[in-house]
Amino acid sequence: MKLVTAIIKPFKLDDVKIALENLGIQGLTVSEVSGFGRQRGHTEVYRGAEYTVDLVPKVRVEVVVDSVDAAKVVDAVVEAARTGKIGDGKVWVTDVEAVVRVRTGERNEDAV
Amino acid sequence: MPLADAITPDTGNTAWILASAALVMLMTPGLAFFYGGMVRGKNVLNMLMMNFICLAVVGVLWIFFGFSWSFGASHWGGLIGWTKDFYGLGKPAVLTGVWTTSAKVPVLVFAMFQLMFAIITPALISGAIADRVKFWGWTLFVLIWASVVYFPVANWVFGTGWILNKLRAEDFAGGTAVHINAGSAALALVLVLGKRAGWRRDPMRPHNVPFVLLGASLLWFGWYGFNAGSEGAADGVAGLAFTTTTVATCAATLGWLLVEQLRDGKPTTVGAASGAVAGLVAITPACAFVSPLGGIAIGFIAGILCALAVGLKFKFGFDDALDVVGVHLVGGLTGTILIGFFGFDHGALAGGVEAKRGLFYGGGLTLLWVQIIAAACVFGYSFVVTFVIGTALKALGLFRVSAEAEQVGLDESEHAETAYAFSTLSGGTLTHPSGGAAAVADQAALTRQEV
Repeated sequence: MKLVTAIIKPFKLDDVKIALENLGIQGLTVSEVSGFGRQRGHTEVYRGAEYTVDLVPKVRVEVVVDSVDAAKVVDAVVEAARTGKIGDGKVWVTDVEAVVRVRTGERNEDAV
Repeated sequence: MPLADAITPDTGNTAWILASAALVMLMTPGLAFFYGGMVRGKNVLNMLMMNFICLAVVGVLWIFFGFSWSFGASHWGGLIGWTKDFYGLGKPAVLTGVWTTSAKVPVLVFAMFQLMFAIITPALISGAIADRVKFWGWTLFVLIWASVVYFPVANWVFGTGWILNKLRAEDFAGGTAVHINAGSAALALVLVLGKRAGWRRDPMRPHNVPFVLLGASLLWFGWYGFNAGSEGAADGVAGLAFTTTTVATCAATLGWLLVEQLRDGKPTTVGAASGAVAGLVAITPACAFVSPLGGIAIGFIAGILCALAVGLKFKFGFDDALDVVGVHLVGGLTGTILIGFFGFDHGALAGGVEAKRGLFYGGGLTLLWVQIIAAACVFGYSFVVTFVIGTALKALGLFRVSAEAEQVGLDESEHAETAYAFSTLSGGTLTHPSGGAAAVADQAALTRQEV
């Protein structure tokens, strides 16, 4: 099993969710995060004083999938989240050792 | 003494002053939100409380002796005021009398109207020293400052004292007594207390800009009571004050935004709110002494000057957190001194007020000179006395919070509260003095079951 983690622009969340649903993904976890990459932040001005805001708000989407589906999921997220402008985010894949569905006790592939 | 017994109150005037008192009362919570939005999220409750406590403290002082010291008979050549019968505000002559034979407003109505001025003036100072002061130390400061600075200065400017009656300076609603007074005290306290940890290094962004605009709007609304109510009657001069207050605020908002557009490239919400307040401050002393066009000029000049003045703290290195010096001191000085230029004789309207001509209306330099003396004297008195009070409180360890408390934030360290539940997950337990042990026992039982 693989964990696909995507950091995306907040307004792209709906597109990504629809793309994943179209692939038949059963569930995902979303969190609001902040950080910076090459995009860095922006400048705000209050009463003439400039504040550099380094951390930009992003959304983190996490999906646990069967290993064979991982590449498809990554492609779908990348396609849905891309605007072509700086700050589109990143997607990465990590190995998952074990998964348990809490309600039924099903394990691993059955639980995904 | 302007108290007159056995005269039937004028109902129209009385109704307007009652309404004005309530309007001015709302300015203090409005100010609290104006300031509260500009501090960081960890200090917003403390900022609100620094303002709200002024209502509580000064309201009580006012009955005991505040009104007497502010509006009592003049002593020591106009330097101090008091009238024995005013202590407690319960003597028959106070309860049944009217304040002046012309306006015929009951004494208590006038006293409550003026109380609201005494409340907001110390509250104005709080923004300068945001994020670093012990709550009870501030409360003690407000008590002392109102007693030895505001009440005497109000007597000089609004009551029987020397600025109004000997110097004969013009200050309709408190450019000197309220704004220069508070702005000067703010400067003194900032110097006494020192900078916040991380000033000019850490981002100290306003945490809630909508609060700032909401607060400024409440201030604008309440300011009609402040300025038009200061006429003490519902008449044409009140109408003039209402008009100049409006147009000066409009022009100041434009002036501030113009500076921002030219200097920073963008007009900001905080700038619009600040410009409006700068205009309100500047027109306060002048509102019944200038024409509507004069009001526009004063507002526009004040908006520009204050927008530039808020940068001074970075140049000179004093941490006036929310620009009380840049807005209230500079705005108050601007309005007070510009009366010397724009003061006009509104003839038939005049009624109760004495209108003098400024430089632009053929009055020469006399009025300008008088205005400068009044402004300088209030500035000097407030600065020196505030500096002494602040230094004493700081030396006693009552004033500045610890570095750790400042780091954590004053909401938690001073009030044991947080303004916003950012997460529904807090993971604590409730302990109440009357049932705390049981709650803890229940929690222990729950934990055992889960295991």
